[in-house]
Amino acid sequence: MTVVNALDIGLAALVLALAAWTVAAREAFAAAVGYVAYGLLLSLVWVRLFAVDVALTEAAIGSGVTGVLLIRAAARLRGATPALDEPLAPPLRFLAGVLCAMVAGALAATVLLMPDPAPTLAPQAVGNLPSTGLGNAVTAVLISYRAFDTMLEKVVLVLAVVGVWSLAPDACWGGSPGAPRPARPEAALAFLAQVLPPLGIVVGIHIFWVGADEPGGAFQGGAILAAMWMITMMAGLTEAPPVSSTRLRLVLVSGPAVFLAIGLAGVVIAGGFLAYPSGSAKPLILFIEAFMTLTIAATLPMLVAGPPEQPPQP
Amino acid sequence: MQAITTALTATMGGLLLALAIILPVAGVLLSFVLGGRAAERIALYLMPAGLGVAAMIALGVWRSGAPLVYLLGGWPPPLGIALRADGFSAVMLLTTALVILCAGLFARANFPTPAGVNEARAPFAFWILLQGLWAALNMVFLGGDLFNLYVALELLTFAAVPLVCLDGRAETLLAALRYLVFALFGSVLYLLGAALLYGAYGTLDIGLLSSRISASPAVWAAAALMTTGLLAKTALFPLHLWLPPAHANAPAAASAILSALVVKASFFITVRLWFDVLPSLPVETPAAILATLGSLAILFGSVLALRQERLKLLIAYSTVAQIGYLFLMFPLAAGLHPWTADAWSGGVLQTLSHAFAKAAMFLAAGLVAETLGHDRISGLRGLGKVMPMSVFVLGLGGLSLMGLPPSGGFTAKWLLLMASVRSGQWPWAIVMLAGGLLAGGYVYRVLAPAFASADLSLKAPAPRNRERIALALALCAILLGFAPSGFFAFLQIGRPALTAIP
Repeated sequence: MTVVNALDIGLAALVLALAAWTVAAREAFAAAVGYVAYGLLLSLVWVRLFAVDVALTEAAIGSGVTGVLLIRAAARLRGATPALDEPLAPPLRFLAGVLCAMVAGALAATVLLMPDPAPTLAPQAVGNLPSTGLGNAVTAVLISYRAFDTMLEKVVLVLAVVGVWSLAPDACWGGSPGAPRPARPEAALAFLAQVLPPLGIVVGIHIFWVGADEPGGAFQGGAILAAMWMITMMAGLTEAPPVSSTRLRLVLVSGPAVFLAIGLAGVVIAGGFLAYPSGSAKPLILFIEAFMTLTIAATLPMLVAGPPEQPPQP
Repeated sequence: MQAITTALTATMGGLLLALAIILPVAGVLLSFVLGGRAAERIALYLMPAGLGVAAMIALGVWRSGAPLVYLLGGWPPPLGIALRADGFSAVMLLTTALVILCAGLFARANFPTPAGVNEARAPFAFWILLQGLWAALNMVFLGGDLFNLYVALELLTFAAVPLVCLDGRAETLLAALRYLVFALFGSVLYLLGAALLYGAYGTLDIGLLSSRISASPAVWAAAALMTTGLLAKTALFPLHLWLPPAHANAPAAASAILSALVVKASFFITVRLWFDVLPSLPVETPAAILATLGSLAILFGSVLALRQERLKLLIAYSTVAQIGYLFLMFPLAAGLHPWTADAWSGGVLQTLSHAFAKAAMFLAAGLVAETLGHDRISGLRGLGKVMPMSVFVLGLGGLSLMGLPPSGGFTAKWLLLMASVRSGQWPWAIVMLAGGLLAGGYVYRVLAPAFASADLSLKAPAPRNRERIALALALCAILLGFAPSGFFAFLQIGRPALTAIP
């Protein structure tokens, strides 16, 4: 057994242990923290499987943004009356456990019985890269071969924002999300929120830009930019814009809207919806990705900020 | 081989399929930017246009006698995504466009932006979510790729759940939360199954998968996971617990769409899965399991409907029961036997007629609740005198639910009944007859007090115009009972068993 093998086994054991700990945690807050650590370890697993794009997304979305959402929700629920927290009766818990174990066992057996090497579209995805002008097959899948899915996933994000906003009290409609800014921000957090963003913004834009040819892209870059905005909001240095702001709404839909517009232009200039004219595919794809980055960078913080909680200021 | 060749080439008029999804998506994005008042206007302008597109797709399928296909971005599967419309898709698109249009017109009175403000919360959310639902439904009926269908399910969930708690009361929030948990649980299982199929066969395209799949542990595991997930979203017994509170607490127009169309979307994908993706599996046992659950749904749902105190809850439990009938299609329409074409038509017709009947009944129940200020069944004595049209709508809808002629529900249940008799599968026939009797019971519980002579005090005058909208939907359910034989031939277009998979 080589050292790398031993490290892999250790990593897998750690992921399993952390998952078990997260499930067993008695308190929502502790479980959320465990989940964040679990996501970070999982992104290491993806790196070991040579899926760097997935690793970046897992770290940014699976662990980062989801983690912030969960921790905020858990923090809010602290001290609330646990009306929904009725524990299941022991026999039911046992049954649920047996059922979970059976499903997990069946899945594990199925995965081990899968054909090896698994049939894959990877060679085709790489083989068609020249017609897109891209170097990263993952980006080609997302913005060219399966562009339709990617565009509609961004529409899902828009609906998610509408869903979160719809939970606002009627009187607060048009106002800003989140609690009013604290009078005196916490010193350490404020310092971090001033030092980190200049660096983070450069890294985010870089990851979006290299996504055409290297691991990275709109989602990962956008998530890093989103994190920068979130940290300044959490430190109380900036406030979330009011939900009635037209500029905010334009940014939130710009990704899918530009995608849709270029897709429709494809009907006229490239012979099909979401088709790109040969030769200018890459600039168009980067153009779409730039707006997608913007949309993601704005959507994720707005989801974390929650529904409007302050009446609109005149 | 025919199935594969049709999947790989686009057909004339295929762009219409993309347009059916683009229209509501563009509506969502525009409405979001322009806000409340404009959102309502955009939605109401787009709905007739969408109905036109759905009609043109149906005409295209009718003329060519074969499914329409469109390749997005010009990339053929397995690398790209294909949209496909067969007879079943076309009638679902038309039904969706009609029900959404009626619900939209009906909802104008409930969700106007008040004068004096630029925008209000509930109208802004409602008109955007309505268009989101419409886009998601069209995607489900047109998707030819298992992952694309997953995106459609996500869109559907995120549009449907906030509609349930639009009025913001604590109990509706609880209902929406429970719905969300069930729906997301279903999504995860579906996605897991789709990933297993990709791992085993290297494609997610339905046409390509059907020609490659053979019975193996991975396929069985995928089928079990995806079916369980879809059943949770369809609210088939015993995964129906979320449905009654969610459908009964939503605003009337939203209840109509949720009960008529949204639960049918995951049912539609279940049909796609078993008839289009997995026809080469030995399906007797899974089909029998599905139909057994369906039978239990018919019996339990109807008995629970009989015991409800509130009209909207009664109608919601009736949905649990009527969904059960849909799953009788699996053992009866599987394979290529003399009775399968009729069973297929029966299943599709039950989907359509329940959609119209239930949408009409939820709208009528909404009007009753608005006019009386409550929807307690014990307080409906004398309703027939003050709201005759709404009572008539409840009666017509009830006719279709019971399966009495003339109605789409009668034709549907008759076709399913004949198929179960001809195939020698008696138990399903007995369940169907028992379900019809029980439905008669719960419809009687509403109509009997309504026709009693008593004086009712109204909180508001009965809105005749909006009653007419509900009536139009109920008449659609009745008209389906007069469908000519050409209509049944249309439903067979693209039916998987007919395209003869090698």
